Amino acid sequence: MPATDDAFVRFSKVQKSYDGETLVVKDLNLDIAKGEFLTMLGPSGSGKTTCLMMLAGFEPATNGEIYLGDMSINNVPPHKRGIGMVFQNYALFPHMTVAENLAFPLQVRKVAKAEVETKVQRALDMVELGDFGSRRPAQLSGGQQQRVAVARALVFEPDLVLMDEPLGALDKQLREQMQYEIKHIHENLGVTIVYVTHDQTEALTMSDRVAVFNDGVIQQLSSPDHLYEDPQNSFVAQFIGENNKLNGEVIEISNDVCTVKITDGTILRADKMNVDAVGDGTTISLRPERVELDPAVEMDNMLEGKIEELIYLGDHIRVRMNVAGNSGFIAKVRNRGDRRIFAEGEVAKLGWSASDCKALDLVS
Amino acid sequence: MAALPPYTSTAQRTWHYTFRIICGLIFFFLIFPIIVIVPLSFNSLPFFTFTPEMLSFDPAGYSLKNYADFFTNPDWNNALKNSVTIAPVATLLATSIGTLAAIGLSQSHVPFRSAIMAILISPMIVPLIISAAGMYFFYSRIGLQGTYLGVVLAHAALGTPFVIITVTATLVGFDKSLVRAAANMGADPVTTFFKVQLPLIVPGVISGALFAFITSFDEVVVVLFLGSAGQKTLPWQMFTGLREQISPTILAVATILVAISILLLTTLELLRRRSERLRGIRST
Repeated sequence: MPATDDAFVRFSKVQKSYDGETLVVKDLNLDIAKGEFLTMLGPSGSGKTTCLMMLAGFEPATNGEIYLGDMSINNVPPHKRGIGMVFQNYALFPHMTVAENLAFPLQVRKVAKAEVETKVQRALDMVELGDFGSRRPAQLSGGQQQRVAVARALVFEPDLVLMDEPLGALDKQLREQMQYEIKHIHENLGVTIVYVTHDQTEALTMSDRVAVFNDGVIQQLSSPDHLYEDPQNSFVAQFIGENNKLNGEVIEISNDVCTVKITDGTILRADKMNVDAVGDGTTISLRPERVELDPAVEMDNMLEGKIEELIYLGDHIRVRMNVAGNSGFIAKVRNRGDRRIFAEGEVAKLGWSASDCKALDLVS
Repeated sequence: MAALPPYTSTAQRTWHYTFRIICGLIFFFLIFPIIVIVPLSFNSLPFFTFTPEMLSFDPAGYSLKNYADFFTNPDWNNALKNSVTIAPVATLLATSIGTLAAIGLSQSHVPFRSAIMAILISPMIVPLIISAAGMYFFYSRIGLQGTYLGVVLAHAALGTPFVIITVTATLVGFDKSLVRAAANMGADPVTTFFKVQLPLIVPGVISGALFAFITSFDEVVVVLFLGSAGQKTLPWQMFTGLREQISPTILAVATILVAISILLLTTLELLRRRSERLRGIRST
């Protein structure tokens, strides 16, 4: 069944097995819109890179169809797919200069010589390497090689560009800078980008939508803010950002709010996200920055906890507490001029609103 | 010579010098028989030993007549012509087959890789006389015995293992994602091979080709079995020269062959350095 709506890339019931026994990708259905920046995020072995390789054509899909535009590309060899790609190790041709590397995809397309030169120069200027055309990749720094790889993937103006953990080899500062650069290139050129990473910050920074992979299945597909604020299951809640876990049992459900009795008997009110019925076990997920220490007003959930450890981090103070029998409970206190000073060993009041904690599937 | 540290014991000192002497002897053992041919090839008398004139460095004791004989005698000219027509063609064949085989065998999806590799390498391991005898019977059956093509094919078979080994070694360092990158950018497999893979493995290909060339150029056993008078190569002529004519011209030929070998090996080393530079292992 070909795609009929505006999906530009469509995975339809795609499965992949390398050994014929275990499925590394189980029944993948995913639509990617034209011009979208979609990130496949997940731990290693979650199937995200396999999906990218199937899209690029380096791995055949065991079952299902992959569409590009409205055409199935299952039987199209990689060199006829016209998809740009940035490889994890950049895969620059070491025997060619930077300009020759960039000219390669144009030359195989038999683009006229003068046009090749213009396009190569434009691509180099775009990544701010205008004067580096005559160097060899080995003479460039990691960040510069990375930019060449990006320029090379874009120089032949593909509609779709794949990026396989392209920033993995760079140091933190350079990585952040490149994240913004790639994001801006995406905005300026309007190409569709499918990006694979295991770094959640990278995914949140750059993407329009993020597909969180685990165990060969997309756990959640949504925009970065939804992913962080409304995780649909415990895996997503724990994989994205920092997260306090409180296990308990659902004792009452009314509309979107449920009441949960956690293991030490405390009663909490939480957003009903991924629980079905009264009596179900649940894990409550709560972001550390949503916890108010010593709240001025009454909140939905009010508890007390003993402060075990204070870590000063400049912009915020990380407070590790023992709350409801859980000694790994973390609260973040913003470092404001008028903040209350806490001491280790002190028992403090804390609270949070019901909408900030999510009742999800039980994890031990 | 580096000074020994002050705490060296007598035993260590003795071993230090003994070790050097042993190394020197091994070196002498390997090189001397080859080196001694060079001055002998300039002997003015038809002997295989040093004459008193040569030992006293009398110019009259030396001459180029062995070399003159090599370049004027029709037997030698013919042999040279045969060698330089057989070796390059055999090399070309061996290099093409060997390179393609090595690339094929480097791909993980090929079944029975090690078995195929063992079979392809076997001409290098099986005693030459056995290969030669086998080829003799096989080639006689299909009418290739005593033909130019027969000798070329046999030499190509002998040279192929060298190419496979050197190219396989080069491929170990070859980044396969480059092939994927090329495909991704729209290059078909043939373009990818010639524009990306071959330029990067060319040092391995060339050193394999050199080995294949020398194998063919030096080979005497197989050509004795398979060749007829029309395919008499240099080594064959040297062999007959030694056995039947006791002609000192072979000393001149040997010197020329040694010079060619040194030249080829120098080329090889230069190519290896160039490849390291290109792959960014070492900056210029």
